[in-house]
Amino acid sequence: MDIARRNNVSVTGNPQGPVVVLAHGFGCDQNMWRLTVPALADDYRLVLFDYVGSGGSDPSAFSEARYASLEGYAQDVVEVCEALDLRDAVFVGHSVSAMIGVLAAERAPERIGALAMVAPSPRYIDDVDYHGGFSAEDIDELMTSMEANYLGWSAAMAPAIMGNAERPELGEELTASFCATDPDMARVFARATFLSDSREDLKKVDVPTLILECTQDVIAPREVGAFVHGAIPGSTLVTLGATGHCPHLSAPEATNTALSGFLAGLR
Amino acid sequence: MCGTGHLSGAHGADRPEEGGEESQAVFAAMLEDSAEDLYESAPCGYLSTLMDGTIAKINATLLDWLGLPREALVGRRRFTDLLTVGGRLYHETHLAPLLRMRGEVGGIALEIKRADGGRLPVLVSSVVKYGESGDPLLIRTTVFDARDRRSYEEQLLRERKAAEEARREAEADRARLQDALAVLQASLLPDSLPRIAGVEAAAHYRTASPDRLGGDFYDLFPIDGKRYGFFLGDVCGKGPRAAAVTSLTRYTLRAAALHDPDPVSALAILNEALHERYSAGDPRYCTAIFGTLEHDPVSGQVAITLAAGGHPPALVLRADGTASFLPTPGGLLIGVLPAAHFTSVTTVLSPGDTLLLYTDGITEARTGADRSALYGEKALRDFTAGHAGQSPQAIVKALATLLDGFGAGLDDDTALLALGAPTTGSLK
Repeated sequence: MDIARRNNVSVTGNPQGPVVVLAHGFGCDQNMWRLTVPALADDYRLVLFDYVGSGGSDPSAFSEARYASLEGYAQDVVEVCEALDLRDAVFVGHSVSAMIGVLAAERAPERIGALAMVAPSPRYIDDVDYHGGFSAEDIDELMTSMEANYLGWSAAMAPAIMGNAERPELGEELTASFCATDPDMARVFARATFLSDSREDLKKVDVPTLILECTQDVIAPREVGAFVHGAIPGSTLVTLGATGHCPHLSAPEATNTALSGFLAGLR
Repeated sequence: MCGTGHLSGAHGADRPEEGGEESQAVFAAMLEDSAEDLYESAPCGYLSTLMDGTIAKINATLLDWLGLPREALVGRRRFTDLLTVGGRLYHETHLAPLLRMRGEVGGIALEIKRADGGRLPVLVSSVVKYGESGDPLLIRTTVFDARDRRSYEEQLLRERKAAEEARREAEADRARLQDALAVLQASLLPDSLPRIAGVEAAAHYRTASPDRLGGDFYDLFPIDGKRYGFFLGDVCGKGPRAAAVTSLTRYTLRAAALHDPDPVSALAILNEALHERYSAGDPRYCTAIFGTLEHDPVSGQVAITLAAGGHPPALVLRADGTASFLPTPGGLLIGVLPAAHFTSVTTVLSPGDTLLLYTDGITEARTGADRSALYGEKALRDFTAGHAGQSPQAIVKALATLLDGFGAGLDDDTALLALGAPTTGSLK
């Protein structure tokens, strides 16, 4: 199996630099890191990929059984690391990918030497003594929202992304696949994401860990950031002055500064 | 498209002299329709938000849909606060990143919450306004009432789901049916051939379609301490009714052989059983070869007696590399006539000789570039002559490979049964 093709792996940056793996979350693909890559490319070897079922991955590699839980996505990470023979890589995971990184580091400790979590949440649904921010009904409603956009999917998401004259740094070659996930596969990923509970896994993290949270994030509220921080011994929590769930897009400078500082401290 | 309704009736405005006073009045009213009024009362919602989502400006139409006063929203709420929780999640994971990357998104289906607790399905389009330095300043959003469209789409989705469910059920039914057919088919054939001292046996069954029960059959079974019975045949037709006749045939022949192992007598009993059914309204017949074999431990030879009804002649492959047919003249199709006549023949297999029984699936395989020629009995004889002297297993294996090679030219089931007297070498 050609893992590089299956997961649409791209390697960029400084070939001599330490390895940083950038992993996208639920909803989009590796293009989410477009404002992060330029800030890290001089010093680090950057590995980007799409999970099977997202972006430019090979749809024929998708199996509902494998990708119905986060373990299947963690296996993607391990296999990408093995295919490139990565050692001691820093895994930067956005949203649910932060937890996928935790699972991958547990499976292949020699491959992943540090974790940077961007807007992580180990559990989205409220529980006794835990506030994730959502009820089970809310997650059902997300499924309905995704279905409502099902028919419009190809029209709304798939058209080639036009060059943006006002923002030339985005480039004109953004692939048509950006956010254009197959709806059936996206549903499987959504369920795996929002019904997951990785709270116990956090306790097993024994690598240097950075947690980036936003001041206003409906998906990963600040009390969840505090929970993750408290559960991972020795972790560092940085609160970015950003709103929304994608600080690497909405506040790229602050995000890149925090990431660079963490990476520099590891060297 | 937003606001086009206000422009209807404006054609006359180009030529006010033709329309008289009434159109003059319409034209004047048009001029009164200020940009501000158009913004506030447009037939769609308008919303401007800061980059963090805080509502900066909102039109009266959207306020009316929401059932909220302007002061409750402007500077106090974010756009996502207007959405259902599921919509908010969708916004954060899809719409917001897309908007950041592309500067615009169009036609996203969401639901907004109204003050009275109701929900309004909407279609949302947003565009980012950038400042002169290229910094994003604010997001302009248009909100369309999508109730009619959504209900139509929901109906389409429901129908799609129903179709998918029906397809899944059909596939499950098909799988169950194939399982049942495979079990039934297996019951028409022996699980494995018995081990017989001084005799080697091999069989092969090839079904042309997993969906259709085949009508071919064969068997090899002990009669008494010394003799074994064997048969191979073909019930006309396919499917469950043919399978029922196959089952009847197999057990009739086995029972008949225990009563009287003479091949002519066994076929006569089968003829009687099938004819009774035939005349009762199920006009099915079969062709079959039935025989007995007896091994002589002193000479190593195997004595064969067989009779056939309407079946292609057995082949005898000799250790010296020759192959010849063993005809059973006069044998009629079994089950058609009330009293059928069968004749028997005998032969002796010396060590290295093999008797081969087959059904017409192999001889009637279509060959040639246009698949119009039949493989035929002569070709089969020549092919097997090339393998004469080999063990029954090797011969059946060679024939199975030959069948593979026919590919799509094979449109009937094929059964093969080979019985041989082993050479002294192979006995060890």
